[in-house]
Amino acid sequence: MTTNRRLHTIVALVQNRPGVLNKIASKWRQRGFNIESLTVGHSEVPGLSRMTFTVDGAAHDIEQVTKQLYKVIEVVKISDVTAEEVVARELALIKVAAAKDSRSQIIEIVNLFRAKIVDVGSDSFVIEVTGTEDKVDAFVNMITPYGLKELVRTGRVAMVRGGTQTVRAPAVNGAEQQKPHRSAGEGKPRVGSLI
Amino acid sequence: MECLRKEGVEVIFGYPGGANLPMYDSLKKYPDIRHILVRHEQSAAHAADAYARITGKAGVVWATSGPGATNLVTGIANAWMDSVPLVCITGAVVSWLLGRDGFQEADITGITIPITKHNELVLNVEDIAPAIKEAFHIATTGRPGPVLIDIPRDVQQQLCEFDYPEEVNLPGYQPTTTGHPQQVKKAAQMIAEAERPLILAGHGVVISRAAEELREVAEKAHIPVITTLLGLGGFPGSHELFMGMPGMHGMYWNNMAIQEADLLIGIGMRFDDRVTGALNHFAPKARIIHIDVDPAEIAKNVKTAVPIVGDVKTVLRQLIPHVQPARHDAWLNWIQDMRRDHPSIAIPETNRLLPQYVIKRIYELSGHDAYYATGVGQHQMWAAQFFWGDHPYSFVTSGGLGTMGFEVPAGIGIQVARPHSTVWTFCGDGGFQMTMEELALCTEYELPVKFAIINNQYLGMVRQWQDHYYDGNKQSVRMFQPDFVKIAEAMGITGLRVTEKSQVDSSIEAALQHPGAVLIDFQVEEAEDCFPMMPPGVSLSETIDQPPVEQPEMVR
Repeated sequence: MTTNRRLHTIVALVQNRPGVLNKIASKWRQRGFNIESLTVGHSEVPGLSRMTFTVDGAAHDIEQVTKQLYKVIEVVKISDVTAEEVVARELALIKVAAAKDSRSQIIEIVNLFRAKIVDVGSDSFVIEVTGTEDKVDAFVNMITPYGLKELVRTGRVAMVRGGTQTVRAPAVNGAEQQKPHRSAGEGKPRVGSLI
Repeated sequence: MECLRKEGVEVIFGYPGGANLPMYDSLKKYPDIRHILVRHEQSAAHAADAYARITGKAGVVWATSGPGATNLVTGIANAWMDSVPLVCITGAVVSWLLGRDGFQEADITGITIPITKHNELVLNVEDIAPAIKEAFHIATTGRPGPVLIDIPRDVQQQLCEFDYPEEVNLPGYQPTTTGHPQQVKKAAQMIAEAERPLILAGHGVVISRAAEELREVAEKAHIPVITTLLGLGGFPGSHELFMGMPGMHGMYWNNMAIQEADLLIGIGMRFDDRVTGALNHFAPKARIIHIDVDPAEIAKNVKTAVPIVGDVKTVLRQLIPHVQPARHDAWLNWIQDMRRDHPSIAIPETNRLLPQYVIKRIYELSGHDAYYATGVGQHQMWAAQFFWGDHPYSFVTSGGLGTMGFEVPAGIGIQVARPHSTVWTFCGDGGFQMTMEELALCTEYELPVKFAIINNQYLGMVRQWQDHYYDGNKQSVRMFQPDFVKIAEAMGITGLRVTEKSQVDSSIEAALQHPGAVLIDFQVEEAEDCFPMMPPGVSLSETIDQPPVEQPEMVR
């Protein structure tokens, strides 16, 4: 199944009980998927957590796994929002070397990307940047030449635009989703993709 | 225990140990709940599995922590693959030792995640009642399956006010039972348009107890019915529309009919690889209607024109009024011609003791209300090929997982469920030796199970593959056989040995008349192959029919 592969964003609402993450991870593992990113946190409903996965694969295979995931009793709702209009963000913390002669240039890039310097050391900065994966990629590319020391990224969180709820029960025989999409890190990062 | 009584549990299959002693301690307060002490926990799961298939209720299994729980794994996996409702309650090490590698600790909830419908470690005594309530609900509704509840020993010992919930609160679990009316109408329309329709009926028909509804649909629209291995018993075998089993060792005519059909109606089945062969060549001329309770089965293996998610019985009831009465005589004649030219399961006239002959005679001599269990391998395929009985829901076999050794505990589980019925267990000589320790239960609990070992001195199916696909290089398939008659006697049951064809009928009749358990060691032809056979990885069209049979005897 090499055709139709692309990065999918899956959002799930799950009961906050021990072992749930293990059960969900197990379903992906059984079918040989590698989870690109995963975020978990409380949702607006007490006792329910929201998970956001990004997974690379063909639409048909992903649909199969989401159906299997829906069988996990603690999964209340799950949906593939790849084809929907979503707001998707991730956050990165970056520790970069900040020598005297490069400090002002780094600050300029930080301002350009609307990132934030959250820690200043004698010879390094910790920078917080939020945005799409493309924006974070672009920022990392810009900052790397100054001496990247450490990088941590949260992975994607997503929400459907407008009044619709992000997570709904999956359709029984979900139609193939064909909207074009660019994977994180794929192609040339553009500085112009700032928001 | 009180929870189990509330759920109407009559039988527990189990094995005690350090971590479930408090559960066993409470048994004496519940004399109306029967406990069957197995000899190995795997057998507890298999026996409960067969019990559940026969009664339609959840089978209940108890085991202790560590090895007790891990011994259940094969049995749970078997129930998982065949969608059988089990509630397994395991004792865990005391809660303060969890995760510290305490004596007899195993992370059984972690281990069983991929083979249970749900599992849970209960850490508070107040949570036991809701967990058990949910376990029975989840195991038996929607697509049934095994559920495991793990309870540390100290939690079993704690006391609390007993408050059994009336309802379950599972926001993430609401299985669909009723088919979408529009889809049902579309299906009826498609059935009316078809000229060469075929029904493929699976385990869903048996689980949902929908044989009556299936017969009504088939008769009204005059559609031939093929049942999968696990669908056997979901349609009367003597019915003119019944065509037997398809697939790897199915009837040749069925495999050809599937390739020729213009409409396939899959009912409670999952288009398994043993049924479909190579998927890209499967049923090239057919549109497919797929009825199944599990939405994840829809479009998993085949492209479906009309999917209907719902309980088979409910959906068929919805469908019946919309189905147009029709006749498909030309199509039935096509299949009958194929059947005449390719008899598939003819038995040659011979004095040799053929396994097929033994199995066929057992069916013929055992009346119309017997139950049958099988193991896995050649004898299983022959038992399925020759199962043309009318007794609904009477055939129990390990389909999805293909677990050798399933037969002995399965026969015991059926007999526990149906103490006054005849229960035959077809055993392979290999599989029998995996679980033969359970014979002792027949004596201990007075279970008159009849065991027929189809003994060809080989792991027959493996031997057949080695002969056909590994240049006859027979490796590790011929095994030393113990004296099965002596084993039977040592276990306190009657043992018979049959080496001649002339002894077959008399031994079967002797077994049927004997009030207790009987084991018959049928020492059959060693090198008999199981045909028809679809070689692995090819399409149904390439099924190899049985070699021509001179002077066929007993052709159906």
